[in-house]
Amino acid sequence: METKFINSQSLPFCKGCGHTTISQNTEIALRKLGLKLLDVILVTDIGCHGIIDKAFDTHTVHGLHGRSVALASGVSAGLNNPEKKVIVFIGDGGATIGMQHLLDAAHNGYNLCVVIHNNMLYGMTGGQPSEFTPKGFKTPTLTEGAEHPGYDICALVTAAGASYVSRISGIGDISDKLAEAFSRKGFSLVEVMEVCPSYGVKSNPGMKLSKLIEEAGIEIKVYVDREMKAYETKIREGLPGLLSPALTIETEFPHTLDKPVRLFLSGTAGEGVQSAAELFIRAGMRCGLQVTKKGSYPVTVGVGFSASPIILSPEPIMYTGAPEPDVVIVTSEDGLKFAQKLIDNMQEDKLLIIDSTLGVPETKAKVIVHHFRESAGGRNAMIMALFEYLKQYRIIPMEALMKQFLSSKISANTKLKALIEETFEIEG
Amino acid sequence: MQALIDGSRLITEALVRAGAEVFIGYPITPANNLYLFSGKRFKTFLAAPDEITTLQWMSGFATAGKFPVTATSFPGFALMLESINMAYMMELPMVIILVQRLGPATGTATCGAQGDITLLHGMLSGGYSIPVISTSEATDCWEMAEDALKTAVELRTPVILLTSKEEVMTQFSYDLSTLKEITPVVRKHYTSDETFIPYKRDNKGVPEFLSVGNTKHQVRYTASTHNQKGILEGISPEALANTISIQEKIEKNSDSYLHFEFQKEEGSNTLLVSYGITANAAREAAVKLREEGIPVSVLIPKTLLPIPDIYLNIMEEFNNIVIAEENYPGLYKKLLFGVRAPENVHSVNKIGRMIDPSEIIEEVKKHGN
Repeated sequence: METKFINSQSLPFCKGCGHTTISQNTEIALRKLGLKLLDVILVTDIGCHGIIDKAFDTHTVHGLHGRSVALASGVSAGLNNPEKKVIVFIGDGGATIGMQHLLDAAHNGYNLCVVIHNNMLYGMTGGQPSEFTPKGFKTPTLTEGAEHPGYDICALVTAAGASYVSRISGIGDISDKLAEAFSRKGFSLVEVMEVCPSYGVKSNPGMKLSKLIEEAGIEIKVYVDREMKAYETKIREGLPGLLSPALTIETEFPHTLDKPVRLFLSGTAGEGVQSAAELFIRAGMRCGLQVTKKGSYPVTVGVGFSASPIILSPEPIMYTGAPEPDVVIVTSEDGLKFAQKLIDNMQEDKLLIIDSTLGVPETKAKVIVHHFRESAGGRNAMIMALFEYLKQYRIIPMEALMKQFLSSKISANTKLKALIEETFEIEG
Repeated sequence: MQALIDGSRLITEALVRAGAEVFIGYPITPANNLYLFSGKRFKTFLAAPDEITTLQWMSGFATAGKFPVTATSFPGFALMLESINMAYMMELPMVIILVQRLGPATGTATCGAQGDITLLHGMLSGGYSIPVISTSEATDCWEMAEDALKTAVELRTPVILLTSKEEVMTQFSYDLSTLKEITPVVRKHYTSDETFIPYKRDNKGVPEFLSVGNTKHQVRYTASTHNQKGILEGISPEALANTISIQEKIEKNSDSYLHFEFQKEEGSNTLLVSYGITANAAREAAVKLREEGIPVSVLIPKTLLPIPDIYLNIMEEFNNIVIAEENYPGLYKKLLFGVRAPENVHSVNKIGRMIDPSEIIEEVKKHGN
């Protein structure tokens, strides 16, 4: 017995509508290909064409206006089974609003076939023109006729990488042409030209589809028929977890903190402020401290300031902000500008460490001035400043920072390593 | 032993362990670490060309039986809205991680915020509920992420995992051995030989699931108002009843995804209420106030929406309520109390930076205890 894909003799379309032709010929095409009912997934969306899904006894998915191709792409990639036939019905309105999805599906080669029901206007909302309305074609809201030709979607999806593309006239037996497109692997598309019997005919009296196609220079042809790589969903088994034991840091040094210390490191993007901050908190973790670190920099990441508020604490840290840091370290002009307000508000019990090129800003805080840039260059000024801080305030041993430094890529810089060893009299 | 990690890492790992299989994303600050880690960890990772496509692909994967996840921030979320409505109506499980940043519009991509809760409250046309589960500390990035995925699967619904910039980008030391074990969610499939009715509900009000890949029963997914068979049916009584039953499913099972922290302090007349990134400022403020001899209680809602009755019941026990959140108008306060809150409900609101515990302390002291 023939598979019945359609469960109703009366389809829900206006008399003379090409959508009926497409639906009936889709059933014939599916039979010709010998497809089983539940190996077919029909994806439709909003537009007159979309009300067909209840008449189909295949699996059906009925989504949002213009998004059926994207939805079907997900269905196809989710099933990841080329034996399943994903067929998408979309109108010229839907193809207008969702054109990117068409290009994208062709580009990725998703296993699906799109049937554009191009009746050259929006039939469900009163006959407004779409981007597929041919030049000169009139609609109820565009009585003077379209000024520009419609999009050549067939050319566009061909350029994007479709494996099979054709444009056909939606009159008579189109089942072989549909079957041709349905049979292809990867992305295929058929644009079916129709005239809306309600709005198209009324607005363009006496007009015949064949004549319109000819006058508008719309080509009825197979645009492309080629082997393209069909999409295969990558499923990667056995990926390593993100919480590897290698992330843990062993406590091996003591610390001298009895309360949290909040530091604000401020310098220039590209000068290693973030990596120096991370080095420092990792050193803190080597001493059994709890830590937090934030990064603050412009979205362009490679220009302007780069700042990092960090906290080291003997107790669990709840609030991770630091509106009034205990220590501000500034290594560049950009950093000074960014930290200026914090510096202005610093009180006597706070500490400012600043590069000698920047002068000494007015502040109540204790100030340490050092020529970090001169001795180590801008790129390493922040690391030098952090060593200097530890030299004067031994919240953790300098050895902890040195050990962390040596375990990092930065220590490959032998000049810097020698400079740290010499300046801070510490063995590397 | 401590590891240096961030919330993005915890959320990603928790979701994968809970059974999430597919991450589909479009880059946006400050959700990029989630995208990065997901690319390394999810079995399947797809880079979508935009956020509408993201949600459509996710929905397609979900009809095929997969559990998809994405992460975004307001500008991307705004593009997803219509498609989330679709996924809600189709009853597709998925987790959307919303990392809040300063708005309106593009606002400031690199600045955190808590400005999206009223949007989430009203994001479904018709005002229906969608579960919104929020992180409030590192451990939540693990446990709430797991629960978001399990709720999505068990109730067949999109779930929003609400977080914010600093919660997913700040690095912190964390003892990984304290994380509880996560087992993968187990989904039941329809197994009967009888005709499958796609939106017929079980005793929890949840429709049983079948993939569009099955060869035994026809499956229909429909975004438009539909009857139990998944057939578009306008405003027929059966179709309207189906729409209402989606809301009932979310409300009726709300205990299954109810999470909050309530620190009840002996002798306290003041209740601090906070959530998300401000929760830790409230917790710290409470510790400091208690050290000063001022007893305060703390309520940290984690299931933010739909608002559970118990939050209002708890609040009724206190003379003074201080609600701290990082937005200007006091959004969650408005959801709790309407446009005119009772006089004993006070707020601490800031934008452009995290709220400092001292600001909460000051507000508490202003109103006595």
